[in-house]
Amino acid sequence: MAYDKFNVLTSTAVPLPIENVDTDQIIPARFLKATERIGFGDNLFRDWRYNQDDSPKEDFVLNNPRYSGKILVGGKNFGSGSSREHAAWAVYDYGFRCVVSSFFADIFKNNCLNIGVLPVQVSPAFLADIYAAIEEDASTELVVDLPAQTITISSTGASESFDINTYKKGNMTNGFDDIDYLLNIKDSIRDFAANTPL
Amino acid sequence: MKKTLFDKVWDSHVVQQVEDGPDILFIDRHMVHEVTSPVAFLGLKNRNIPVLYPERTFATADHNTPTINQHLPVEDPLSANQLKALEENAAAHGISYWGLGHEKNGIVHVVGPEYGITQPGATIVCGDSHTSTHGAFGAIAFGIGTSEVEMVLSTQCIMQPKPKSMRININGELGKGVTPKDVALYIISRLTTSGATGYFVEYAGDVFTSMTMEGRMTVCNLSIEMGARGGMIAPDEKTFDYIQGREFTPTGAAWDKAKAYWDTLHTDEGASFDKEYHFDASEIEPMITYGTNPGMGMGITNGIPNAYAVEGGAATYKKSLAYMGYNEGEDMIGKPIDFVFLGSCTNGRIEDFRAFAEIIKGRKKADNVTAWLVPGSHKVLAAIKEEGILDELHNAGFELREPGCSACLAMNDDKIPAGKYAVSTSNRNFEGRQGPGSRTLLASPIVAAAAAVTGKVTDPRTLL
Ligand code: SF4
Repeated sequence: MAYDKFNVLTSTAVPLPIENVDTDQIIPARFLKATERIGFGDNLFRDWRYNQDDSPKEDFVLNNPRYSGKILVGGKNFGSGSSREHAAWAVYDYGFRCVVSSFFADIFKNNCLNIGVLPVQVSPAFLADIYAAIEEDASTELVVDLPAQTITISSTGASESFDINTYKKGNMTNGFDDIDYLLNIKDSIRDFAANTPL
Repeated sequence: MKKTLFDKVWDSHVVQQVEDGPDILFIDRHMVHEVTSPVAFLGLKNRNIPVLYPERTFATADHNTPTINQHLPVEDPLSANQLKALEENAAAHGISYWGLGHEKNGIVHVVGPEYGITQPGATIVCGDSHTSTHGAFGAIAFGIGTSEVEMVLSTQCIMQPKPKSMRININGELGKGVTPKDVALYIISRLTTSGATGYFVEYAGDVFTSMTMEGRMTVCNLSIEMGARGGMIAPDEKTFDYIQGREFTPTGAAWDKAKAYWDTLHTDEGASFDKEYHFDASEIEPMITYGTNPGMGMGITNGIPNAYAVEGGAATYKKSLAYMGYNEGEDMIGKPIDFVFLGSCTNGRIEDFRAFAEIIKGRKKADNVTAWLVPGSHKVLAAIKEEGILDELHNAGFELREPGCSACLAMNDDKIPAGKYAVSTSNRNFEGRQGPGSRTLLASPIVAAAAAVTGKVTDPRTLL
């Protein structure tokens, strides 16, 4: 489905400096039973966020009133494991529009791009700078400028550029998705299919 | 130009290339299950478009199904609703559906090969990361998200940049008690869970050529656990023997035509890879994991590594060991366990049940162990009965459950309780993967069997 357009996002950020955050943590399997894409944000990081009796775990960052914002800053290899797009939906539904990490798992990254959440890959050093800046002052804003492909820490002015291919960038800034593109070339696809060996 | 196996299959499926963007890749076969498809079908409905090639689409129910009393209505209303949605969507779009109770029902990556849907040189996708399993046949197979499921349903294509290529070579002979699962866990422990991210892997060398098709499936299945999009092995006579005569395998002239294509599917001498690894088969021991990702594996007789010896953040490492209730330097041998899970698309095939039976034969299940033995499909279940394995299991005090994903992802009632230890033949030991608070030790079917009869982590070689 088409999604919100992404241009320049200026927001405070939520730090989650843990490596190898897998999609089973982002949304555990028992919450994948829905047949519609609604309400996944409530269960984002469910088992890190709540005790088994559903009371909030005080020490988890989403329960800490100091931190809020539309940007989630995760550790290296964010989104590994299961292909469940529900993980990206949960991130979106909770209110995040951008995830920053020094390294993303492939499928999670694709899933984010496909629903209009921007994955921004930064260097390990810049990631450490972001954590330090937020630690120092939780109201520090990050400026994610998609057209310019830069991310800036507003309190220090430090900035880094990030990669995204031109096609995906166009999709994100216009709110288009791949299906819109593919439906336009359906005839070529049919011709191709007619000549496949399998 | 010299091409890799991967290049040959990928390049021959590119419909178009988008400038400074992804390739548009044609998908030969699309497997669908109940959990990642409902929102995709809803998307088709909202756009008011049909499934473009229902005959290239195959649906089965597996993730969310009970593994006992499958003849009764599904109790959990949410699960029942999801199963009903798939049944209705499949019917509405003319897609073949092997639902609960159907004789061909089973885990999507087990039934695909069983019925010849999986073929060399094909592009295969499914909304499940372990779709990489099908690469064992020389197919390009990988997991996709739900937006992509909708994309493939509606256009039979996906848009993805071509991954980089990696070859993992293992030569030599595997030692006693070392199985394909151990080979895969060994590779992941060497490369880490992100070591192959961005790559598509080809496995090459004696170890893989001498492996059975089942073993190759186990290895390719686990490719995703080191971050790879998928893994593949060049098809050979073993591959062709396996697929010949199956329901969806071509016959007659169509077989000859397909076979001519399949015979070209190998990496050309001198073709280059973006990255290449060489390991020696003799270095590999029976493996077990001690932490909360599949890269945290070790030879079963070793000690748990110290934080300083592992790559990456010590804080994450220590958090992981704390979750497991283990300490640096401890031996894994002798650690008490509570559950054993034999099953999943990694190790739920007939060969895995044979291996398990080999160890438990003439022994008894340990009293402190709850064992869940879950065949990957009805076909596997039938073979277990036919080969007399069921009797051996019963004699040793084990019960068999009905097919499905079960405790691999614990979406149904098969959940390992909080704090309990499970030796599992599945693929993920993430926190809570097998139930909130559960602790998973990934291992081969024979390590699982050794644990099941001794009640603790045991070197299976002492029981062989
Ligand atoms: S057995 Fe586990 S990994 Fe395999 S398809 Fe089912 S849930 Fe996925």
